[in-house]
Amino acid sequence: MGTITLGHYLSLGGILFAMSVIGIFMNRRNLIVLLMAIELMLLAVNLNFIAFSHYLPLEADRMAGQVFVFFILTVAAAESAIGLAILVVLFRSRASINVEELDELKG
Amino acid sequence: MNSITALFYVFSAVLLFAAFRVITARSTVHSALFLVLAFFSASCLWMLLRAEFLAIVLVLVYVGAVMVLFLFVVMMLDINADEFRRGFWKHLPLAGLVGALIALQMALVLMRGFELEAPPVTARELEMGNTKLLGIELYTHYLYPLQLAAVLLLVAIVAAIALTLRERKSSKHIGASEQVRAKKADRVRLVKMQPTVEAPPAPPPGKPAVAPPGAPPGAPPSTKDAGAA
Repeated sequence: MGTITLGHYLSLGGILFAMSVIGIFMNRRNLIVLLMAIELMLLAVNLNFIAFSHYLPLEADRMAGQVFVFFILTVAAAESAIGLAILVVLFRSRASINVEELDELKG
Repeated sequence: MNSITALFYVFSAVLLFAAFRVITARSTVHSALFLVLAFFSASCLWMLLRAEFLAIVLVLVYVGAVMVLFLFVVMMLDINADEFRRGFWKHLPLAGLVGALIALQMALVLMRGFELEAPPVTARELEMGNTKLLGIELYTHYLYPLQLAAVLLLVAIVAAIALTLRERKSSKHIGASEQVRAKKADRVRLVKMQPTVEAPPAPPPGKPAVAPPGAPPGAPPSTKDAGAA
């Protein structure tokens, strides 16, 4: 219970990532919760980036991690918007978002 | 144990609890609301790491936009949640195995080092602040990727609208391109007609006129044909 080191934040990010992987395995039917688990994964990755950018000893490199997080946030927002749009189109045509019913491409 | 340590443990506990509830909540709306809580506590953690700008961006973009979008979609779709719960715990052994494996690998790596203490705040950081430093970095070294990110967002807007746009059958909108493409020949047909039709000469008296069947008796047949044309 001393001061917080980089390892604390990295462990938190790791636990968060593992938890969202478990969530993807357990919510295999519900497409919306799958998207939410992906958002959690991205959050864990961003947490690691920001922790590294805070703890880097060299001052000149320190901002690079936050720039990465900036771009990851942009891409993640675009990804979730398009994912939800695809979800809405899917629900209109199939009246269901059950992942196990989406097997037309199986051949 | 100083205050930053205590705050770290409190926010981490809330974050992990919220993440756990996101993946196990029975209703999808509850999952979305717990995801909001998770984003909030992650934002507080980023504040502890002195990344104020990104913490505020996380709250504004994620809680303000993305999660509202999630909630709208969840409420728009009529989903039977009980059907998704069938066999929920069946996947637990595999999921636990994979999760434990990931956590174990992380622990193996993280136990070795990373006992890094936070470096002291430099004079430049104190003077300019996080937002200004990030802005300088973004607009000098990363200007081209920034423009690419803007284009990416534009593409996402167009794609999302194009995917969900649905034309109603009953809408009375007018197609501008069709209007521009229309030619005179499509709309107007000119029919050549003589302005006046000469009356046929009257039949000589004593000889009965040959009237077509159905025509009223006495009407001159040739005049009727000209009028119909």
